[in-house]
Amino acid sequence: MRVALFVTCVNDTLYPRTGRAVVRLLERLGVEVGFPAEQSCCGQPQYNTGYRREAEPLVRRFDRAFAGYEYVVTPSGSCAAMVRDAYPRIGAEAAAEGRGTEAAEAAARAVPRTYELTEFLVDVLGVTDVGACFPHTVTYHPTCHGLRALGLGDRPRRLLSRVRGLQLRELDGAEECCGFGGTFAVKNPDVSAAMGADKARAVEATGAEAVCAVDNSCLAHIGGVLARRGSRVRAVHLAEILAATEEEPHG
Amino acid sequence: MSGTQPGTPAFPEAARDAVRDGTLRGNLRHATRTIRGKRARAVAELDDWAELRAAGKAIKDRTLRHLDHYLVRLERSVTAAGGTVHWAADAAEANRIVTGLVKATGEREVVKVKSMATQEIGLNEALEAEGVRAYETDLAELIVQLGRDRPSHTLVPAIHRNRGEIRDVFAREMAAWGRPAPDGLTDRPADLAEAARLHLREKFLRAGVGISGANFMVAETGTLVVVESEGNGRMCLTLPETLISVVGIEKVVPTWRDLEVFLQLLPRSSTAERMNPYTTMWTGTADGDGPRAFHLVLLDNGRTDTLADEVGRQALRCIRCSACLNVCPVYERAGGHAYGSVYPGPIGAILSPQLRGTGSAVDASLPYASSLCGACTDVCPVAIDFPEVLIHLRERVVQGGEATRNGVRVRLRPAKGHAAERAAMRAARWALDHPAALRAGQRLVSRTRRLHPARLPGPGRAWTDARELPEVPPEPFRDWWRRTRGDAR
Repeated sequence: MRVALFVTCVNDTLYPRTGRAVVRLLERLGVEVGFPAEQSCCGQPQYNTGYRREAEPLVRRFDRAFAGYEYVVTPSGSCAAMVRDAYPRIGAEAAAEGRGTEAAEAAARAVPRTYELTEFLVDVLGVTDVGACFPHTVTYHPTCHGLRALGLGDRPRRLLSRVRGLQLRELDGAEECCGFGGTFAVKNPDVSAAMGADKARAVEATGAEAVCAVDNSCLAHIGGVLARRGSRVRAVHLAEILAATEEEPHG
Repeated sequence: MSGTQPGTPAFPEAARDAVRDGTLRGNLRHATRTIRGKRARAVAELDDWAELRAAGKAIKDRTLRHLDHYLVRLERSVTAAGGTVHWAADAAEANRIVTGLVKATGEREVVKVKSMATQEIGLNEALEAEGVRAYETDLAELIVQLGRDRPSHTLVPAIHRNRGEIRDVFAREMAAWGRPAPDGLTDRPADLAEAARLHLREKFLRAGVGISGANFMVAETGTLVVVESEGNGRMCLTLPETLISVVGIEKVVPTWRDLEVFLQLLPRSSTAERMNPYTTMWTGTADGDGPRAFHLVLLDNGRTDTLADEVGRQALRCIRCSACLNVCPVYERAGGHAYGSVYPGPIGAILSPQLRGTGSAVDASLPYASSLCGACTDVCPVAIDFPEVLIHLRERVVQGGEATRNGVRVRLRPAKGHAAERAAMRAARWALDHPAALRAGQRLVSRTRRLHPARLPGPGRAWTDARELPEVPPEPFRDWWRRTRGDAR
């Protein structure tokens, strides 16, 4: 099986170790991974801020970049949700505004092949034990897009529960937004920071060594607040935990 | 809609004070969390909740599609039952109609049952300008009125006040409005309720005119419905000689069978009760029972314009249950006042910029007063897709486009103050559509990573004020891939 990694612009630039972890994990599970260099951003920052037209070429780019792959796997719940929810809307609006059906056709091809990492592991590969070892206490923050837009349900927890040595700690108010919200963090800085502080306090109260999630953008926010508070809790992408083994522990 | 007060601050500024007010945040946090938990339990009791919700959504959508038809039917039914129907295109017209009706009775005082429509149009102020004093009789509204405050929650307008604050307001202000608070009033809920009861009872027995809103209007019989908890509303609806109801046109439902669905959805979503204590229904006038004269003022005030928008119109499904406020993490921190409108929380963020347009600073900021977390959509009993409408309205703010204002199709220009952002988004689009440029940019960031300041200038400052920046890695992912795997796909 050959799958394309959609690493996302945030991971590409700031969290390459998450991309490397996905490659290591998938290859360990016998999957051949490709990385089309034409890929860039899903267009979420533009679309969610109101610049739908600026996101439109990125829909077509996504389609071109991943043409020929049966599966596109991404370690980002929000980027997967962007493809699934917003691409069809962008395509339909482009057609309605007289710019042809190209974007709509691109969306129709992109949606069924795009999977968030935990969906791909559980639904397509049918595994929950990925042979990982991470001997630490961990708490899990279900990100809003993972939780509500994608409906990931208990997939991440099922994967975490089979990681050797890992102790999962319950997070109080887990389903509440951390306050990142893309440009929300910049446009409403006080409210965003207040939400982040409450999330950070809840994370610290679990006593876990690390907080994990399926989205590095939320983790950048939570981790940034934790670091500013001088906390010792680390923010780690779920993929990095799943990629860690006894031989190759997480850095 | 009567428009915002000039100078009403944009949401981020208005929220700043609330975020820093520890008492306010504590009050809001406690209240919303309590009701959130209760609602979840009340909803979980029904195994057909999903079907009820789908039915509520479908009934509202169908009614909105044929709103003209059902409103005409409603008018016929109300008139046949002895009532009089008035049509008000905007706030000014509605206020003119109501003040005219009150003055025609010769009364100088009116009692009111909680009505968001009359707050939306600023009726109390309009009446005062004509020498008529309006008394709010809903307990929370009374607290807000006595405290010279503004409501901050749809269902619990005084949610931001705690018991001690309410006691102080009663002791200080009641005398100026009627019967004073008893001496030595404590902050026990029973004592506070008794003080309000004695104060209000006088007004109910004296008032010649009652003014109400309505939760629903049944087109087939011309029946209006108010759902409440205290019974004060029923006093207003039954005791005065003249009853004037001011209701938004979207509140019509075709039949009693439709009403049945909403009488299940509303109480559980709103107060987390299986059934609310008082449901009062009135149909026109009847000899020897209730008001002798009944007037229904049907309020448009931006609703027809909202209806013309295919994405935005779903906001008109709202049955004002306030479940979206109680789960909203932004509302919980910012409080209701920051929304600059009688409609706070997620519903305010999508309704006000449609009813009033996106012209003012606060209305242009409201579509951004959300992290798009979607918790509101999860609990909405009529399944409003809040993120969809928020993003739709954001586009209207930054890019302009077609909209309907006062029944006329207009082309809106982008709101002011987004030029730099628009340029940045265009530049980003260009870079993201040219991977070579993107790669060069990433490399520049990586190579200069030791030079990056801990605090950013410009818009980035908002980030570094409260958070550390992620450390920039020495090598972007795509360079690692190329170095270790080559360019092969």
